[in-house]
Formats: sequence, structure tokens, C-alpha cells
Amino acid sequence: MSDASDTLVKFESVQKSYDGETLVVKDFNLDVARGEFVTMLGPSGSGKTTCLMMLAGFEPATHGEIYLDGVPINNVPPHKRGIGMVFQNYALFPHMTVAENLAFPLQVRNMGKSEISEKVNGALDMVRLGGFGDRRPAQLSGGQQQRVAVARALVFRPQLVLMDEPLGALDKNLREEMQYEIKHIHEDLQVTMVYVTHDQSEALTMSNRIAVFDDGIVQQLAPPDELYEKPLNAFVAGFIGENNRLFGEVKAIDGDFCQVELEGGGGMVKALSVNVDGVGSRTTLSLRPERATIGAAQGESTNSLEAKVEELIYLGDHIRSRVSLSGNDEFIVKVPNSHGHVHLKEGEITQIGWEAEDCRALDA
Amino acid sequence: MTDQTAAGGVVLAADGTPLKASLNRALRRNRIRAVMLVAPLLLFILFSFLIPIFDMTFRSVDNWHVGTLMPKTSAALAGWDGKDIPEEPVFVALVADLQAGAKSRQIGKVGTRLNYEKSGLRGMITSSARKSKRLKEGPYKAKVLKMHKKWRDLETWAVIKRNTAPYTIGYYLNAVDMKYGQTGEIVMQPENRRIYGKLFIRTFAISLAITVICVILAYPISFLLATLPLRYSNLLMIFVLLPFWTSLLVRTTAWIAMLQSQGVLNDLFVFFGLVDDENRLQLIHNLTGTIIAMTHILLPFMVLPLYSVMKTIPPTYMRAALSLGANPVVAFVRVYMPQTLSGIGAGSVLVFILSIGYYITPALVGGTDGTLISNQIAYHMQSSLNWGLAGALGAILLASVLALYLLYNRIVGIDNMRLG
Repeated sequence: MSDASDTLVKFESVQKSYDGETLVVKDFNLDVARGEFVTMLGPSGSGKTTCLMMLAGFEPATHGEIYLDGVPINNVPPHKRGIGMVFQNYALFPHMTVAENLAFPLQVRNMGKSEISEKVNGALDMVRLGGFGDRRPAQLSGGQQQRVAVARALVFRPQLVLMDEPLGALDKNLREEMQYEIKHIHEDLQVTMVYVTHDQSEALTMSNRIAVFDDGIVQQLAPPDELYEKPLNAFVAGFIGENNRLFGEVKAIDGDFCQVELEGGGGMVKALSVNVDGVGSRTTLSLRPERATIGAAQGESTNSLEAKVEELIYLGDHIRSRVSLSGNDEFIVKVPNSHGHVHLKEGEITQIGWEAEDCRALDA
Repeated sequence: MTDQTAAGGVVLAADGTPLKASLNRALRRNRIRAVMLVAPLLLFILFSFLIPIFDMTFRSVDNWHVGTLMPKTSAALAGWDGKDIPEEPVFVALVADLQAGAKSRQIGKVGTRLNYEKSGLRGMITSSARKSKRLKEGPYKAKVLKMHKKWRDLETWAVIKRNTAPYTIGYYLNAVDMKYGQTGEIVMQPENRRIYGKLFIRTFAISLAITVICVILAYPISFLLATLPLRYSNLLMIFVLLPFWTSLLVRTTAWIAMLQSQGVLNDLFVFFGLVDDENRLQLIHNLTGTIIAMTHILLPFMVLPLYSVMKTIPPTYMRAALSLGANPVVAFVRVYMPQTLSGIGAGSVLVFILSIGYYITPALVGGTDGTLISNQIAYHMQSSLNWGLAGALGAILLASVLALYLLYNRIVGIDNMRLG
């Protein structure tokens, strides 16, 4: 967020309730810069789709204001907002051909025939579906339908495009292919995109920034790398990527670091104090599996704990080792399958070590 | 593959029999089971529906009476040129047939049959048969001609000769307001006796009107049903289906109570000063009554197919259209409505075909200008006992329904019709 004039979308303390008793969205604030790709990521029922629907105009905000290009749009009906949208099941009109689907937004804007056909062909070429204009949506594969839906949302050159879990119905390979395709379209057209998904790899692949939703609140809004490496709370740490959790009590805080006594008799460890309430409070320690070293010699890293190897899963590039450490038998360490790596046996007792900077003390 | 293929290119199963035969054997049990499951309904339909239809259709062309009951006359008339009253041999045969017919008491049927073609011939036949008992010896020609003046009419003989044929299109001519002229050519009925053509047109017009009204009334209701939350839509569906649970007769008589000149509706109109007490509206026992009552009865047949089609249209289509910049009206007309066409088609065909053959409601509330062709068919079945004409009218109705069905199939495609 550099400059206020660069802000295209602004949510200002938006709340949403369907039944007047519970809030689905509690105090949502978000600024989306022009040209940015922002993803709203969260488990189902976290309020992310509701926020998108409020932005599109299909759901009224119960409280708060949404601005598009500086203009409050709470009372602007959806068809006057000029926002392109890609729906979960594409919502291609089944009684129209692909070309008619693409022409629809242009026709309702009263464009001339030649201009329409020019733009439709351009949009089809953009998604590499030139020559498919006469087909019906039902005659296309899932990936092709998806591309038509993207083209239709872009053909009238909206300044903002919303996508509501658009890749949910595709199989894994196609989904990855489409992620790159959407990312490239975003880069080529410099269009602002707000994307909703529950799939973190999708979010990490495409976004400039990700808003992690849970329980109607944005838990953290940050670029993908920051989200993964510097989660601000236990939910984000657990939701993004794989994460080892250890519970304990804060014994001392020393600048950026704190001393935590682990539950389960693991002893004292040193961790980065990110989100703790103070000395004596409970905390969740978060440690990425790839940041722990196995078989580390005593004193080699800041923290070193004894662990028992429970299970070894050979995954080619790395060996996924489940160990039990300080009463947590779901502790995962990734051992890279590199030259001369440690060879473990199940049932073996070994040392697990990690640096204090990699271990984040978060809320309980 | 090679070792499983015989020299002739026939694929063989593991035991050496042709694969096709093997497959047939394996499927036979399933096929027999399917036939057994269908059999009871098939038999029921055969006896209660198909055979009666064929029987009635056959009656509409069947013309056995003269040929069977007056065999000698028929044979004698075969060589008659129709230019003059026949000669003595025909009268000999006629008297023999009349005497035999009088004895077996079957001759009345000939009279009735001939009377459909030309009125007055029943009287001629029955009185001549009675009198023929006293005729002992010929020549008969003069005596018979004296029995009844119609024997002296050349047209009478033309009618008799024409009906010695075992099949006739006479009933069909009658059903489309035509008849045979004096010399056997086909002419229109006189103006004042043309009733069926008008009745067919009225039946189609009323059915069309009812269908259109049903579409207009059912469309918003179905839309509401398809979009409301389940617990409200269930309640609404009960209201829609309520007419189905009430006897047809009760519903129709309820409309009489509602619509008659001293009925609820007229009382309200008078109460609110919309009409004078002296000029109460005639809403029942006429066209209005038929259309109101039949629309009410047939409405669910329009709602159900429409509802089932609308239920399958996800709301995201409308949202997508709105997000693409179409205002709600344009979105509805261009995106929603085209997807409901199959439902409109199915409901319309259903309602139209049902109303074309509707009988009881127009009979009760139709008065004179609100009755349909089916009431006329019922009249010929029950009162005039002219089953041939009833069969002809019914067959024409059936044919026009089939024609409509084919037309619909040609334009919309029957595969696109969805009833639920």
C-alpha cells in the first residue's frame, strides 16, 4: 500500500450478519491496491465468500462501507459496479455459444457488432480458445469452460475481477496449469484481482498478498512468504503449510526472545516472542518441519531435545520422519535426501535441534 | 486376440461359442425380468386403453349394417346404374330382406344407419318392413313404391347402394360438417347444420387461451417456488397441489357457487359498487366459466414442469448476468427465461392436450357456448348412440393431438421436454 489514490477497493469495518444473531464477518478492513492480486484464504464458513459477495453487490453489508475507486458502493446495484466475476461453477450460460457468452457483457453495454466480434475474438485468443466460439459450454472440458469464464469476466475490461474458488471443480494437474495461466493474465493485463479460495497452494502461487480468514476475522494480511515464514498467530501458522506445534508456558521474556517451559516434560526452549501475553501465559510454539535438524549434536543449535523416531516415510526428495518429542508424537521433521544424510531407524532415540529464530511463540 | 477369433472373423467366448450368443444368453434373464415387471401395466393399458381406442376408431369407418342385414338387396343393387328407380329383381331381393329383417327384429339397425345419411329413412325402413309381412307374391315393385313415398326418391336408392360397402367415410364427413350430395358427390352441410367445425375451432381456441393463462399464472408462482427457502416452498407447493387432493366435481361445483349471479364474487362486486344489482355479471354457464374453472384445474400441470425446470437453474446464472452488466430485467429475459423454455413447452403441451379432451368441467359450467368437442362426443356416445360419429370425432381429436405433438417435436424437440 503505497498511496491512498492507488487504492481501488477499500473495506471499512464491514460487518455481515444473515440472521441478526451471529456475525459471519466481524469488522473486516482491507485495502486493495490497483493492479494487485489479493487472495482471501480461509476454511469454509470463515466469511471469505461473503466478503466477495458484498464486494460484487449480491449481499448487502450489515454495517460498514465498501469503496470502489474511492466511491462508496453499498447502494450501487451489482450490474452498475462494473466488476468482472468468475464463479465457482463458471456459470456459463448453457443456451448460448461460447462467443455469445463472451458477447453478452458487450451487448448489454450497447457496443457495435464489429467491435463486439473483435473483442470476443481477442478474448478467445487470450485464453487460447480461438476457434471454439461456436461451441456450446457443455461441449467443452472443465478447463476450457474455466478459461471461457475467465475470458468473459475480462472481455469488458473491468478494473476489478473477482474469482470465487474458480478452480475448485478441476483436477489437480489442470488446477496447477490454470493457476499459472490466471497469474500470467493478471500480469499481462495489470487488472486488479480479488480471489477467494480455501486452497493455500493456490493462494501462495498467485497472490501479491493473502488475507487469511477465520471466524469472520482477518487473522493476517501479508505477502505469501511473510505469511509462511512469519505467521502472527497459531491459526495462520497451522493453516499455511505444515507446522509443528508445541505447547508451553512463558517463563521469561528477554527482548525479542522468550524462554518457554514445554508441557510434556521437554524442558526449557528459547523462542522468538511474537504473540505472547507475558510471563506466565500459555503459548503455542510453531516450528516448520524443514527448520528442524535431526541427529544434531548437543550445542550445535540453540534448542536441542531428545526424540524417539516413530515413523519414517520415504518420499523421494526427502524422508518424512515422525518423532515423538516432549509428549507430542506428531512432530514432523523433513530429512533431505542429500548426500550423507542421517540414516534413522524406527524406534531410535535421537536429538532434534532448531534455532530460536525459527521457533515462534504464538498465542495459545 | 488371435486365438479368440474364429476363421470367419467372429469373436468367440472362452468356451468356443460365438461371443454374441454368449452375451445374449447372459442378458436373457435380465430381459425376461424386465418384461415381467412391465407386463401387468402393459396388459392393463392394452385392455383399458389401446383396444377401446382401436375399437372406437374402427367403428368410425365400419359400415356393416346394410351389407349384412340386407344381403340380397346389396347383391341386386351391385349392377344398378343409379339413373332410374331399380327394376323388379331388386325389389324381389328387397322384400325378402325386409321380411327376414322384420322377423329377426334387426331391420331397425339398417333404418338407424340410413337415417344418419338422410333423415326420414328410418321411418321408411321400419314401416316398410312391417308392411312387407303382408306381401305374398310379386311383382313387388309397384307395391313397395306405394308403401312409402321415399322409395320413389332416387336419392334413397343412392344412399342404400352407397352403404352396401363394408366401410364408409360418412361419419368423418359428418364430423367435419360435410355430407354426400344427391348424386353422391361430397358437399358442405347447409349453413344451419354446421356445428362440429365451429366446435373444433372453439375447442382449440379455448384450450389455447387456457394454456396461455396457465403460463402467465404459473410462471411467477413456479419461480417463487424454485427460489424460496425449502420450508416456505414446501408450504406453497401444498397450496399448488391442493386442487389435486379435492374431487374434480367438488372443485367444479365450488366454482359454480363462487361465480353464479347470486354467488360470492358477484355479491362482492355489488357490495363494492363495481356492478349494479340488476346487471350482475354472467360468469358461469358460459365461456368465461369454462375458462376460469379449467384454468384452475389445469394450473398444477403447468406449475410442476416449470418448477422442476427452474429448480435446476442455479442462481449463479442470474448473478453472472448481473455482474456482466445486464440490468435485472435484461438478465431475466436473456439468461433465465431461455433456460425455462423446455418447462414452458412441456407444461403447455400437457395443459393443451388435457384441455382439448376435457369433458366434465365444460359439461357442468359450460352452458351452451362453453362446451367443447368432448361434450359432443359424450352426447353421441350416451344419448344419440351414434357411436360411429363419436368415433370419428374422437379420431379427429386424437389425430390433431398427435399432429401437435409432432409439430412440437419438430420445433422444440421432444427430448428437450422435461416434466420433472
